[in-house]
Amino acid sequence: MARFALRRLVGMAAVLFAVSVLTFLIFNVIPNSDPAQRMAGKQATPELVASITDEWGFDKSLPEQYVTMMRKVFSGDLISYEGRENVDERLVEGIPETFSLCIGAALIWMIFGILFGYLSAVRAGGKLDKALTVLAVTGISMPVFWLAAILLNYLTYKTEIFPSGGYVELTADPLEWVSHLILPWITLAILYAGFYSRVLRSSMLDVMNEDYVRTARAKGLTERRVMGRHVMRNSLIPIVTLFGLDFGALLGGAILVEPLFNLEGIGQYSYEALKNTDLPPIMAVVLFGAFFVVLFNALVDIAYARLDPRVRLGASAQ
Amino acid sequence: MRRNRVALGFLGLFVLIVAFVLAAPLWADHVAHTGPNDTHTLQKIEVDGEKRDVVAPTGQPIGPVWLGADGRFFLGADGRLGRDEMVRLMYGGRNSLFIGIVSALITTLLATVLGLLSGYYRGWTDTAISRAMDVVWAFPVLLLAIALGLVLAVGGLQIGPIHLSGGSIWIPILIIGIVYTPYMARPIRGEVLSLREKEFVEAAVAQGAGPLRIMFSELLPNLWSTIIVFFTLNIANNMLLESALSFLSVGVQPPDASWGTMIASAFNLITSAPLLTIIPGTMILLSVLALNVFGDGLRDALDPKSKVRFEAHSGLSAAEGSETAEVATP
Repeated sequence: MARFALRRLVGMAAVLFAVSVLTFLIFNVIPNSDPAQRMAGKQATPELVASITDEWGFDKSLPEQYVTMMRKVFSGDLISYEGRENVDERLVEGIPETFSLCIGAALIWMIFGILFGYLSAVRAGGKLDKALTVLAVTGISMPVFWLAAILLNYLTYKTEIFPSGGYVELTADPLEWVSHLILPWITLAILYAGFYSRVLRSSMLDVMNEDYVRTARAKGLTERRVMGRHVMRNSLIPIVTLFGLDFGALLGGAILVEPLFNLEGIGQYSYEALKNTDLPPIMAVVLFGAFFVVLFNALVDIAYARLDPRVRLGASAQ
Repeated sequence: MRRNRVALGFLGLFVLIVAFVLAAPLWADHVAHTGPNDTHTLQKIEVDGEKRDVVAPTGQPIGPVWLGADGRFFLGADGRLGRDEMVRLMYGGRNSLFIGIVSALITTLLATVLGLLSGYYRGWTDTAISRAMDVVWAFPVLLLAIALGLVLAVGGLQIGPIHLSGGSIWIPILIIGIVYTPYMARPIRGEVLSLREKEFVEAAVAQGAGPLRIMFSELLPNLWSTIIVFFTLNIANNMLLESALSFLSVGVQPPDASWGTMIASAFNLITSAPLLTIIPGTMILLSVLALNVFGDGLRDALDPKSKVRFEAHSGLSAAEGSETAEVATP
């Protein structure tokens, strides 16, 4: 176990390094223009461009530029030249709202994804299964920001069922926190709930054909117990794997949902930076976002190996 | 496949949508008499004998007039600039579908070649390709795409002698084509790994076939069903990712339209002109839905036992196709 964890962590460090190099290449090497000019934003003066070139070492060798970029992003003195503010401070300020959005959405999609997937699989081929399949496939096929706009218009502006956007801190008023976030949660959750219910349905149908399920039935166990103990437990494995990947990557969803609901988290900050072609915030968001995903996945893998010996045996067999 | 009526019905829907956007020049020239980027801010049109502003002094665009003005402004105008919404919807759809399909071709081509190379040669070729794919995989799809979209929209791209300007439609096409490659290359590699152990490959080797012939005329034909299914579902994913990028202003650049940019620019009018948001979004929904259902049906028909899953996921998920990747390797 310790060996597996160690190997996984070493692998993770290598991926983190590669990710940072690729991010560096994307921002500073691949595009066909002066990086300092791009960094300076729209109202760039020659003086500003010259000072950025100097500060970021764009006249030096690529490895030196790479080190400078990493030092700036991770030491917290990354500056947005367009917005004239410290990027890392803004990102830290945005964490509570983005995290509140992601946690709630994740909870909702897990509950409904598992519930709908279970019902679909148990009633496979029946009317309920068909109805849920239609719902799920429709949910998967919608652009999330479009869904947000439609829900906002009809449930907030027209009917005032939900408060129109904004954020109330959990510590200030828990009820208001929920009522302001419920619509963004649902919006972000629908797509994943649809996807997860499809995945769970097919994995349950696979497991239900396994010999040990037949054995369990033959032993005379109740249907409830067969489903709960034997089928569900094993069918949930792909769901948990997916969840580890998707939750880590949820920042992408936040970028598409936050600006519409006026949640001033990391997503909205990124959205504005993109509108203003402001590079430094996006540089930091992409780097931190990818790092978070890699870290989170490594932790999920290690937790997993503890629960399921097949994982660590499989990994060492490779 | 013929027995799966639902999947065929949705294929029909997709064909209708394609026909609709292909008819764009016909509608623009002969019915609406305007182009997708032509503005009519200060003009008046005659609707059922009554003169009306295309854009009211308040900035409110005219709503759908259907056939009231002989087909002009069928769906109304798109905002302050007073462009014909119907014409933009058709031309925008061309861009959305074109981006979806061409980037799916790029993904399929790259993924097939990389999957064949790493699955056939194994060893260090496989290690190099797989590790490179892992790095791309580590990024959330949307974040990688916006990073590329942002830097390339500013300065354009130079690949050898080819120059792409920042506003070129080929930039989102390339980006989308590249970010999805690992999600398709991995399952293909898995399939190649198992296929290359089969007798027919051994027979080809015995006949003196070289690696290229084995890869492209022995292995590739056996991959077709997987590739076609992936390709179909990939178009759906790509259309969703395009709409997201355009919404975030790093996809299709103004004044060009796509269904994503149309939603983005209509959002500030949602209370007074909700149709401007609803219609392009519905077009995306219908196209993606049609491709998803058809792709699922195709998979069931071609390979009922297949474990390969590649469902549309808005470009948000890090996980598309992944759960399969491991399972798909027998």
